[in-house]
Amino acid sequence: MENYAVELKNITKTFGPVVANKNACLNIRHHEILALLGENGSGKTTIMNMLAGIYYPDSGEIYVDGKLVSIKDPKDAFDLGIGMIHQHFKLIDVFTAVENIVLGLEDKEKKNIRYAEKKAREICDRYGFDLDLNMKVHEMNVSQKQTLEIVKTLYRGAEILILDEPTTVLTPQETEKLFNVLRNMREDGKAIVIITHKLHEVLEISDRVTILRKGETIGTVNTAETTAQQLTEMMVGEKIELNIQRDLVEHREKRLEVKNVTVINQEGKKVVNDVTFDLYSGEVLGIAGISGCGQKELLEAIMGLQKCEEGGSIIYNSTAHGVHQLVGLTTKEIIGFGLHLAFVPEDRLGMGLVGNMGMTDNVMLKRYRKGSGPFLHRQQPQATAAKIKDELDVKTPDLEYPVRKLSGGNVQKVLVGREINNKPTVLMTAYATRGLDINTSYAIYNLLNEQKKKGVAVIYVGEDLDVLLGLSDRILVLCEGRVNGILDGRTTTKDEVGLLMTHRKGA
Amino acid sequence: MANKQPLIRITKNDNRPLWQAVIIRAIFIVLALVVSSAFIYSVTKLNPAQIFASMYKGAFGSARRTWITLRDAAFMLIVALALTPAFKMRFWNTGAEGQALIGGLAAGAWMIYFSGKIPTALLIVLMLVSAIAIGALWGFIPGYFKAKYETNETLFTLMMNYIAIQIVEYFVDIWDTKGSHSVGIINMESEIGWLPNLFNNQYVLIVIIALIIMIAIFVYLTFSKHGYEITVIGESVNTAKYAGINVPKVIMRTMALSGAICGIAGFVQVSGISHTVSKGIIGGRGFTSIIVAWLSKLNPFIMTVFSVFLVFLEKGATQIASDFNFNQYASSIVTGIMLLFILASEFFINYNVIFRKKEDR
Repeated sequence: MENYAVELKNITKTFGPVVANKNACLNIRHHEILALLGENGSGKTTIMNMLAGIYYPDSGEIYVDGKLVSIKDPKDAFDLGIGMIHQHFKLIDVFTAVENIVLGLEDKEKKNIRYAEKKAREICDRYGFDLDLNMKVHEMNVSQKQTLEIVKTLYRGAEILILDEPTTVLTPQETEKLFNVLRNMREDGKAIVIITHKLHEVLEISDRVTILRKGETIGTVNTAETTAQQLTEMMVGEKIELNIQRDLVEHREKRLEVKNVTVINQEGKKVVNDVTFDLYSGEVLGIAGISGCGQKELLEAIMGLQKCEEGGSIIYNSTAHGVHQLVGLTTKEIIGFGLHLAFVPEDRLGMGLVGNMGMTDNVMLKRYRKGSGPFLHRQQPQATAAKIKDELDVKTPDLEYPVRKLSGGNVQKVLVGREINNKPTVLMTAYATRGLDINTSYAIYNLLNEQKKKGVAVIYVGEDLDVLLGLSDRILVLCEGRVNGILDGRTTTKDEVGLLMTHRKGA
Repeated sequence: MANKQPLIRITKNDNRPLWQAVIIRAIFIVLALVVSSAFIYSVTKLNPAQIFASMYKGAFGSARRTWITLRDAAFMLIVALALTPAFKMRFWNTGAEGQALIGGLAAGAWMIYFSGKIPTALLIVLMLVSAIAIGALWGFIPGYFKAKYETNETLFTLMMNYIAIQIVEYFVDIWDTKGSHSVGIINMESEIGWLPNLFNNQYVLIVIIALIIMIAIFVYLTFSKHGYEITVIGESVNTAKYAGINVPKVIMRTMALSGAICGIAGFVQVSGISHTVSKGIIGGRGFTSIIVAWLSKLNPFIMTVFSVFLVFLEKGATQIASDFNFNQYASSIVTGIMLLFILASEFFINYNVIFRKKEDR
């Protein structure tokens, strides 16, 4: 029997009625990068969290270097040389890199700052990390923070590294840099697990791939012997069409004219900086940018949820509803005017929906004022909810069942369904398919595409460049709150978009 | 480290069926009785059964006692209902004590200055209206500062209690005629400004007022547009903004409502129960009612049950203290044990506790 670095056998983990992992098995080797592939909700992160001591399995066995172990907390994991880099970094903003590295260590020698700086410097040089150890965390960008997390983990003696969706927040260029470092670490004998749902990354970086689906291990294949097609089938279970039919809509009219819009956040930072663009009916305008580049605030400014600074102007124009200046209006007024601006926000249950309410009450969220008298009129929303449930195939026991208990895909169907049902003239979506499985994602893309064909002006804020390139007629790239370029979605390339995302023109 | 599971693991259980929840609660009530019996026996060597019989006697031992228990439960219910809209909005109003007290003061002021000078019916209406108005103001002030300046509502409402207490103390001094720092029973002979008897009973009207407020709050929260706004804000302020709800306005309005109902409670206390004004008339029920509202998970109907239950414990504790020469604090400990177990049962309803399996030891 081969001696694996880590062996997980028949791991089962449930959260109440939700089965996250069911008899899942996988092996990790030294000198190897293993990709853990699966859709969102397939149990990838959960099974690795059990290895890192965040959760404890309901049943099953974990072997490290051939020995049966019990990992009760993250400290146990560290003692076994297992380190995990989570999607959300666990760093103290006001501390420097090296201060974060020694934070929480008990070992006398290791927690000495000067010693740590020297050792961390060695680690950086050895693997090719580009990191300023005396920089404060709040001055770092996402890529630097991630690098720091990895160095921190290595400093603590990790031989087995788990990275949870490390490229989600990175640009293509930063991703390439990360992959180079990972390869160096592999050469050094480390065992590396990279959790991902992006096929091209799997093919590029990994040696082996283990595929999870609905919490179960579907199989493990050698990367060199597989294809994207095979992996997709293993991941999704059925073959699906990966093409979005992108038509060019004739007869377009200018729907929104955004001019010199600036939004300043509570910390006094210009999160949206002098943004100007036009939006036409019958087009999908993709908005690209690394996360936190003002996408959210820009959409919220159009909806009246963010205050625009002096000098900004957002002109709304449609034959049906006339011309309106949106700057200075409240959200209530914008909804009240019946301009039919639909908005699918990033935070579905924290902004778009009320988790503890059922479909009916959520459907009337923007229209509860309708009807006379102090009381609610629930009949109409109830009929609408039933219609949305049928048309979009929302899986819910009944219309009054709390939406927070539905799966992520069904939650999003309720939200998108409500926004589309209101016959929008402008439809803005932020990360509309984040966290959804492929089938639901494609259902959503098709819905957006249909709206565009009907003459709706669609804004699609996305993070997956492949989808942005496949769906958008034009792509607006934001960088540090500014418009860094508007590209033709049919002719541009991923590299071009990626470059504009990171390097501000003229800066 | 070897291969041992942790001794105890805790996992969330969101979907426990009702029958299990009922059984868990029953087990905890039995446990509460057992533990308090053990406590009573170890301290007094008395038969615990006698003690519980005495508690029952204290609360329901005679028709009069039963009515007093119901009266106090009704008062507790009104205050708990007053807190409900605010709590539903996740506005932690800890100022019910002061809001009720200041309302009671307003009612008392009318009785002292205008008894016999205006028609009694008009006097009672003015007492009620002014108690509502000043209670609403007492709730509105922290609501305003929360809405405009994001102040911490828990501390703010708590501080407003002390202001109310000091104002009452000030007026008690002014109104005191005998130099004993107390107002005494107002209109003891004439009973002007007192809530009228209904069916020959002093307290029926109070119970009816509480039940009317209960239905009103239920309807308001469940079927009105205002209630919908409150629920949305309580769930997520961002969602409320997204829906175009004017969040500051709803916060101020709801806090004024919460204070107004506390004002009614203060009026009921002065006009229908104690017929006097002092800093102690609310008697801490402004705080106990927080427990009532919380145990009932803000359900107005279930609040009736817990109001009666908490008043029962209170009356029972007083009774055992006098029956067995028990000191008052020991009986409070019994009450505390009961409450602790009831609260603990909620934890076991919401979470599963898994012990290490035998073979792993």
